[in-house]
Amino acid sequence: MATSAKNISKDVIISNELGLHARSAAKIAQIAQKAKAGVWIKKDNEAADASSIVDILTLACEKGSKITFVIENPADIDILNALADLVESGFGE
Amino acid sequence: MMDKDSHEITLKGINASPGICIGKAYLVDKEGVEIVERYHVRKKKVPDEVKRFKAAVKKARDALHAIISDGPEEIKQANILQTHIALLKDKSLYGQTVQTIESEAVNAEWALKTVVSNLKSLFQSMNDSYLKERSSDIVQVSDLIMRNLIGRKTEDIATIDKRVILVANDLSPADTSQINLQRVMGFITDRGGKASHTGIIAQALEIPAVVGLEKATRKIKSDDLIIVDGNTGTVIIHPTEQTLIDYEEKKINYEEFKAVITRESHLKAETTDGLKLEIMGNIELPEEAVAVINYGGDGIGLYRTEFQYMNRSEFPGEDELFGKYKDVVETIAPRPVTIRTLDINGDKALANPDGYHEVNPVLGLRAIRYCLKKPDIFKTQLRAILRAAAYGNVRVLFPMISAYFEIRLAKKMLDEAAESLLKDGLKFNGDIEKGIMIEVPSAVITADLMAKEVDFFSIGTNDLIQYSLAIDRGNKQVAHLYQPLDPAILRMIKHVADVSKENNIKVFMCGEMAGTPHYTPILLGMHLDELSMNPQSIPVIKRMIRSIEQENTRALVADAMKQKTAKAVFELIKEAYGEVLADQTYTGNFELNP
Repeated sequence: MATSAKNISKDVIISNELGLHARSAAKIAQIAQKAKAGVWIKKDNEAADASSIVDILTLACEKGSKITFVIENPADIDILNALADLVESGFGE
Repeated sequence: MMDKDSHEITLKGINASPGICIGKAYLVDKEGVEIVERYHVRKKKVPDEVKRFKAAVKKARDALHAIISDGPEEIKQANILQTHIALLKDKSLYGQTVQTIESEAVNAEWALKTVVSNLKSLFQSMNDSYLKERSSDIVQVSDLIMRNLIGRKTEDIATIDKRVILVANDLSPADTSQINLQRVMGFITDRGGKASHTGIIAQALEIPAVVGLEKATRKIKSDDLIIVDGNTGTVIIHPTEQTLIDYEEKKINYEEFKAVITRESHLKAETTDGLKLEIMGNIELPEEAVAVINYGGDGIGLYRTEFQYMNRSEFPGEDELFGKYKDVVETIAPRPVTIRTLDINGDKALANPDGYHEVNPVLGLRAIRYCLKKPDIFKTQLRAILRAAAYGNVRVLFPMISAYFEIRLAKKMLDEAAESLLKDGLKFNGDIEKGIMIEVPSAVITADLMAKEVDFFSIGTNDLIQYSLAIDRGNKQVAHLYQPLDPAILRMIKHVADVSKENNIKVFMCGEMAGTPHYTPILLGMHLDELSMNPQSIPVIKRMIRSIEQENTRALVADAMKQKTAKAVFELIKEAYGEVLADQTYTGNFELNP
């Protein structure tokens, strides 16, 4: 993942009961796929491509875990905000 | 096609549902689609190969869309299917496969297989039940694509149009919900144990099932002629003519036997000297309640409530739970329904709803511990139970109690649930019997304390034996040490029964031990009030009780308590009741470790 200074990130806490399961990961991927450049999820020292459900699942995010969304292109700021809102709302679950 | 030269092959597995069937195999298995050839694709043909892959994905997507639009209004399930649709196009699956086809110039099947097995090993290596569960979605999705690639007739089990025996690696609740069950004569699976989902479904359908065969999907091909003996856990592939004749006869005998005991199943469970026992059914799905009545059950001794919490992403609401419970309560009324509160455990799909990674979930945050820590989830269920209690005879049963204070807390929450219902002006019945599962050794040893707080005990032998003898039945290395007749276990059961009598409360048993006729004499001798079991075991146990004199069983228990080993106790039972068992039940082999 590119770690240039341009990267903008946002921290969120997973609040839904079941953590990041396949369905919630699908919702993230759906949004991230609309981005112009790469969108990443960082957890601890690992990073996953936010547009891939499979990648997200490999992070094993349970309830209460802190994750960071990172966008490579500042033009994707709306995507970043939408992702943060989605997680904070507990995926509407 | 049956191969003329094929030899008869016998496989031994676990008998998960009784009965015998003979018929053609139908492989719905995942292993089957995994046997794929690897071949090289010429550079010029690579784009065509990619196209072929994309077409297979599109076909899979269309199929999923069709299931969603044609399917029942199970919205939750549709959500899972929507996720599968998204997974079909996932970079790590779709993108990787296309890339593999292009970079290695291999056929699409092989590329997909490589990508999926890499992903699978990634998930499996995490050694974490939560994640392993996640990988099953990926496998299911790739199977869909693979079937289209191989060009195998769509394995849509919803459209099976002949009577077949389903052969699978494993059957998930999602699989079985799609099957046209009228078409299925029996189930056999590589994985699974006695209490697996496949077994439960097969029992409800009254068809034979053998599970845990390990290599059935490798040995059996679709259309092979096979015999499934769910009584003994045997599967025979390519039977010889003589074997076929033998099994036709066994099948007729078994069906006659079943007809007789079913006819008699409504007779009371009363010993020859007049002791009456209540014989109850264990259920998991509301639909099984009817089976309990059909088999002559006196009520429901164990209603497992986990199913409503599984295979979904959010917890069920009070009204949904109330609806399910009310259905069961009304069906069974005026007979009692014993509703066990949520017992989420290491086996079950939604084992860790919060995604906790417990190293040892069996000793972890499960059952009552979980509920006491999650008052909202617990009270939602308690309110649903109390509301359902207004429509019949309900008892509440708290699982996995290991300390006295847990009963006090659970009862307090039950009272609070009743108060809140009163405040909300909803119809409910707060005056119900309360009991606890005795399945942890600490509860046995403090049974005298526990007895003061409850109306009944229910001994859960499956867990009690595992916890007491420190045996994981699923572990083949030690499974043979799992012995219901172990002197330690017999002493525990007797202690609980005696304490119950001293304190004037009722004592039930709801583990497998209760539904196994070999143990009935011992349990009669210990004077248990109720035995609860899988519905189809009810007629056999009732018949067994009707042929025994209770007075004699007291002597048997007195003798048994002096024995030093499970084997010695077993010999005692065999000597006194071996003939009765052979005559009155159809239990196949009389073995020490049935």
